Amino acid sequence: MRIEAHEKKVGVTLVAPALLWTLAFFLIPFAAMVWLSFSHMEGRDIVPGPDFGNYIKIFTDDSLFRGIVVSLEITLTVTVISVLLAWPLAWIIAMRVPKRWQRLALMLAVLPFWTSYVVRSYAWALVLGQKGVVMDFLTGIGLLAEPIQIMATRSATVIGFVHFFVMLLTLTIYANLVQLSPNYMRAAQDLGASAWQTIRLVVIPLTLPGVITGAFLTFVLCIGDYITPQILGGNNELTMPQLIMLQLGRRGDFPMASALSVVLMAIVTLAYAGCARWLRMDRV
Amino acid sequence: MYLKSTTALTVAALTLAATPSLAAEDLNALIWCDHADPKLLEPFEEAHGIRVNVKEYEGTAAGLALLEQSRPGDWDVMVIDGVDVGRLVERDLAEPLPVEEMHTGDYFPQIVLEDNNTVDGVTYGVTEKFGYNTIAYNKANVDPADMESMKALWSGKYDGRIAIYDYYLPVIGLVGMAQGVDTADLNADNLETLREPLMSLKAASRQVSDVVASQTSLATDEVDILVGGGEWLTAVLNADNPDLDWTIPEEGGLLWSQSLVVLKDSENKEMAVEFVKYVTSPEGQARLATSECYWGMPANSKTADVLSDDEKAVLRWDDQATYLERAQLYPVLDADLDSAMQDLWTDMIQN
Repeated sequence: MRIEAHEKKVGVTLVAPALLWTLAFFLIPFAAMVWLSFSHMEGRDIVPGPDFGNYIKIFTDDSLFRGIVVSLEITLTVTVISVLLAWPLAWIIAMRVPKRWQRLALMLAVLPFWTSYVVRSYAWALVLGQKGVVMDFLTGIGLLAEPIQIMATRSATVIGFVHFFVMLLTLTIYANLVQLSPNYMRAAQDLGASAWQTIRLVVIPLTLPGVITGAFLTFVLCIGDYITPQILGGNNELTMPQLIMLQLGRRGDFPMASALSVVLMAIVTLAYAGCARWLRMDRV
Repeated sequence: MYLKSTTALTVAALTLAATPSLAAEDLNALIWCDHADPKLLEPFEEAHGIRVNVKEYEGTAAGLALLEQSRPGDWDVMVIDGVDVGRLVERDLAEPLPVEEMHTGDYFPQIVLEDNNTVDGVTYGVTEKFGYNTIAYNKANVDPADMESMKALWSGKYDGRIAIYDYYLPVIGLVGMAQGVDTADLNADNLETLREPLMSLKAASRQVSDVVASQTSLATDEVDILVGGGEWLTAVLNADNPDLDWTIPEEGGLLWSQSLVVLKDSENKEMAVEFVKYVTSPEGQARLATSECYWGMPANSKTADVLSDDEKAVLRWDDQATYLERAQLYPVLDADLDSAMQDLWTDMIQN
């Protein structure tokens, strides 16, 4: 009995710093943000709530609601493209590259992580520009008669995101693939499955936790990102983080910025709920 | 009280990062990027044996948030949009300036801008730099004759080659001027009449961009025209590409100005005033006018004696009398009209 109490005390002591950290730097600020989201602006002053006006405006004002739609469209597009590119890449590294070269291959795959996110975005701005290497190449080989606009469009934002998130997904899927016992694939082939059937019916389902984990991380990071759409999107449409920055930096409307942030967190929570069944971080 | 505490928590991270290290020999300044140039700060630091700590901010709302969430006395001076000095005074954050010690007697008369800097007869700010939000363009790709009127922007000739500077006040002001609405007459009623031309302008444009993105786009030929641009944008690029030019079309342009304010809670007011005097002196003005972040006209006309001929040529020193005649001031907005203009701006971007 005494030992149990002692162990409990030790457990609480060990967990306490993490709990305090979470309380101080997540729960209290989050509660403050939620509370502030129910306030509203009168002129340039914040008036305490409770007031649901900000939330009503988010879902009834075309420009604000469109921010949610734009964010979801971009994020889902990026997530799907990244998964489609990352899975074969991870497969090749895990299954086709000799063991001794895998580390080097992975290092090359994650190389973009080593450069500044802002610098990488500006680099894409130059690459995708009218006189960038992409247009030079496409017009040079005669595929295009004249340069088309990619920079300052949603496509540029998606390309910038995909470049980053393919790497992230490759890591999570690779980690899942190398944990798979080769016996599963041998058994499938012994039972007459073709190579494609083995991948489709055995390997892909078994790597689903890694894919979903990576996809969820991609979703969360992408929907909350401000830099890439700001630099590459040309401000031709606004995502939720851009709208939040607009409220903070230009309008000084902290209540609306808070409400938009709460909606953003709600979307992430819904995404988590949808993926929870497959989310096994310990497998990654 | 509760609200204040909540707001404080919300921006705690920002302010913690922004709060300067305090020391008696420090001067702490909330600034725009042009004041971060060592060429401007070092002569003052050496002359007074003091260190100037600077924190850059963008947008008056962000600056006010930083200020209000800092401890009293954290900041000594602040650079602010000329039209927003009154917002500092409203919040009791600005200290009256000993105007007789400033160099305003040597100012271009149109740039003293008493309406901006003075409230109830008390001067709280002093203009330090000004310029124009107008049309910047690449004359290698654009016929300068076309830029003599803003009508060219809606003509279709330059569709897809236009960028819009991402600041609602000057661009809505310019669109208004193109439609015959003076900035001083902007109100909730005539604002709606500007919706259609603003949306058409967006449709003809490639992007809506901040300073860096605008400069990059002009420099890399992504766009050829920047609506809202001016000398502040093209001057720093001039050495690399002399084709990047600017003009004030026949409809006019907007005069922007930035003011320097001593903050009421400053614990080093004497040095803060010295800093204002330095920045508004011809030497300080010359360094500020040609700051590496962006150039702009100095408010003090005696700066002509310090600037080189080349620098004056880039700033169009000799044309200022004509330009000032054709420029209109930024609209001074109440909170409701400001909100309506920002709503319109957001609609423009999202549609």
